[in-house]
Amino acid sequence: MKSSNNKKHLLTGNEAAAEAAILAGCRHYYGYPITPQNELINHMAIRMPQVGGTFLQAESEIAAIYMAYGGAAAGARVMTSSSGPGISLMQEGISYLAGSELPCVIVNVQRGGPGLGDISPSQADYFQAVKGGGHGDYHNIVLAPASAQEIADLVYDAFDLADRYRNPVMLLGDAQLGQMMEPVEFRKTPRTHQTVKRWALTGAEGRARNIVKSFYPVKGELETFNIRLQRKYRAIEHEEVRYEEVNTQGAEIILVAYGTCARICKEAIRRASGTGLQIGLLRPITLWPFPKEPLRRLAKKARAFCVVEMSAGQMVEDVRLAVLDRCPVHFYGRMGGGVPSSREVLKKVLNILAPEGTLELEIPEIPTELGKGLYFSTIP
Amino acid sequence: MTEKIILIGYGGQGMMLLGRLMARATMLDGKQVTFFPSYGTEVRGGAACYHLIVSTEEIYSPVVEEADTIIAMNQPSYLKLKNYLKPSSLLFLNSSLVKEAESLREITTYRIPATEMANKLGNVVASNMVMMGAYNTIKNLVPLPLFLECLQSSLRGRKAPLLEVNTLALLQGEEYVKKTYLKGERILKTSAV
Amino acid sequence: MQALYSAPETLIRTPSHYCPGCGHGIAHRLLAEIIDEWGIRGKTIGLAPVGCSVLAYNYLDIDMCEAAHGRPPAIATGIKRVHPDNIVFTYQGDGDLAAIGMAEIVHAASRAENITVIFINNAIYGMTNGQLAPTTLLNQRTTTTPEGRDPLAHGYPIRICELLATLEGTSFLARTSLSSPKNVSQTKEALKKGFKTQIEKKGFSLIEVLSPCPVYWRMSPVESLKFIEEEMTQTFPLGVFKDWEKAISAPGGQATKV
Repeated sequence: MKSSNNKKHLLTGNEAAAEAAILAGCRHYYGYPITPQNELINHMAIRMPQVGGTFLQAESEIAAIYMAYGGAAAGARVMTSSSGPGISLMQEGISYLAGSELPCVIVNVQRGGPGLGDISPSQADYFQAVKGGGHGDYHNIVLAPASAQEIADLVYDAFDLADRYRNPVMLLGDAQLGQMMEPVEFRKTPRTHQTVKRWALTGAEGRARNIVKSFYPVKGELETFNIRLQRKYRAIEHEEVRYEEVNTQGAEIILVAYGTCARICKEAIRRASGTGLQIGLLRPITLWPFPKEPLRRLAKKARAFCVVEMSAGQMVEDVRLAVLDRCPVHFYGRMGGGVPSSREVLKKVLNILAPEGTLELEIPEIPTELGKGLYFSTIP
Repeated sequence: MTEKIILIGYGGQGMMLLGRLMARATMLDGKQVTFFPSYGTEVRGGAACYHLIVSTEEIYSPVVEEADTIIAMNQPSYLKLKNYLKPSSLLFLNSSLVKEAESLREITTYRIPATEMANKLGNVVASNMVMMGAYNTIKNLVPLPLFLECLQSSLRGRKAPLLEVNTLALLQGEEYVKKTYLKGERILKTSAV
Repeated sequence: MQALYSAPETLIRTPSHYCPGCGHGIAHRLLAEIIDEWGIRGKTIGLAPVGCSVLAYNYLDIDMCEAAHGRPPAIATGIKRVHPDNIVFTYQGDGDLAAIGMAEIVHAASRAENITVIFINNAIYGMTNGQLAPTTLLNQRTTTTPEGRDPLAHGYPIRICELLATLEGTSFLARTSLSSPKNVSQTKEALKKGFKTQIEKKGFSLIEVLSPCPVYWRMSPVESLKFIEEEMTQTFPLGVFKDWEKAISAPGGQATKV
């Protein structure tokens, strides 16, 4: 047995998120059960008492986000998690966190919507996560992992980002990433000591009092505050953009996808290798701030973009805003019921490159028509 | 090397546990691995379906679109199989419960009466290990010592007495497939057992 | 000459935004006095709600946190779990606590959360111009019950102390009023008892304070004090509903007169 394999844990993405939070020094977790994030809350219920932390199952997602708000105001590293409907309930609190400039990590394991939707993987909460979600001019920092390992790494980073910018950070996963088991290695340094937060509520012993608030009723105060908030957002946009590029050099068509869809796109690229098709991928790792510059750069050379999402088309709007009319931006999406297949993605790519279908036969190992069971035949 | 496996059966037939053990053992063997339950419209009528991929390369899509191997434990799951087949697929059927299987051209099919065999051993739940024994004899994917190590660590405490029957079930699955399909010609080494 | 009384240091000297005859100023002063007398300024963390007392942090010189409407008990929970040795109190009105925040208060109480809740009940929404509150009396006129509260249309007033007394998680529950000097000093005693409950880690404490809102009751300040004594206490009797020290427990029943 290789020694490095001993350090690996086979974990669901949900468990990896919980464990990474503990590694990052989070000792206060508040949540409410909802599928598909239950492994996270269950894991926290076991682990928090073991590390001397607080686990509390709140009476609602509304209470959970405000318990997290309280913990954050008191200076602790705090986390909460949920999925679609529960995240919707948390939106007021997230707006308050942003308005009060409180650091907090929120995990959204996306499921299908609208309404109760279903519990299958989805990416339809993109707008909600990236464009605000709650009321007022604010941004969450939004991180989009694509594997259990990356969930662990990004959750750890999320706490640092939240503290550095005093801002809520949302980890946007999905049911696939949350429930899938993969090897995870916890490579980062465990944090036990919190950084001192001078603004936090600790009791005003020997100092002027601290107030945590987002209310600015005196004329002019709110705008001054908002200008400062926007400056902070510009700094985040300048400093914190993360993305991955695959095969983009010389690519005719650039796929743009995050999370689970990005992996499907990589599979499609692998299947197309040797066919002469030049397909690249840009995978945003931060959804806000969005990697606009790399997209603009790629738009100068590529023939077209194709955005692949498990939604009716949300991130595609940001891609179009980034590349403007320099390059056509196509879209392929699924809206519930499962993850798109690499075949579907390739079929879309072929349609974009050769609408009349002339390229279809050049790709080996890929069925010429969609649908499953193509190779199956019975002996009478 | 990439092996894409679909495990499919009733809840309670131990497909979740089997998949997790295979995933863990191959992970400890230094492989890349993804394992997840598939929910939703795909799985109706009493079949719980799991996607397991083991590879020496980075695994991109964790979704099995065409399976190298399907392990099917009951009739409803058999009916779902066709979705995942390709010409070189191997099909392992629990023939105790899958009674109405047609012969599929180009598909190598192994029929193992796993439920009956596990029943004879006194624990019907061990049918998953019978299938594992049969599967691994043909594919040799999982190093058995690692698999047994993982099995042992998952059967701790009051479940510890189950280790013996599970190990026996594994061996009997191996024996059965050798006797029925390999006819003594291709005996694979399983020295650890 | 000896000074018999001076304003507490914890009470910030600033013009008040409260209306003439409002009870909030008195309640704030009582809190500030206790914090001074017990020397707990450096340990106390307060939560202001949404409602008239949204600006409570303008008057109390302690660490304070603003809360979204109805959520102070959840936020207080988060703070208290981080700083279990600090004194954490929420200051909430009737709309905040008994309407939008009902889930949070009931669950904080049922968890025996070791916090103190100061519940100002003036039977009306003051900040938004006098609408129906969950504690509005039957027949009481508000801007949203212009003909008076009709139980068939608007339901009945909610008695928070009686409701929470049914929960095993509560340790001290009392209803007092600000209608007379005697009642004000009893309110102060009840507040002290609430803080003592928390300091001694006895669990959840809540003091419901009947407080005048002459502007939206459309009364003079003097009339409003009379209204508390003659009308409000009919629906909301004063007394102690739970006391861990005296083994008083009246789940859903009668209060014990203090």
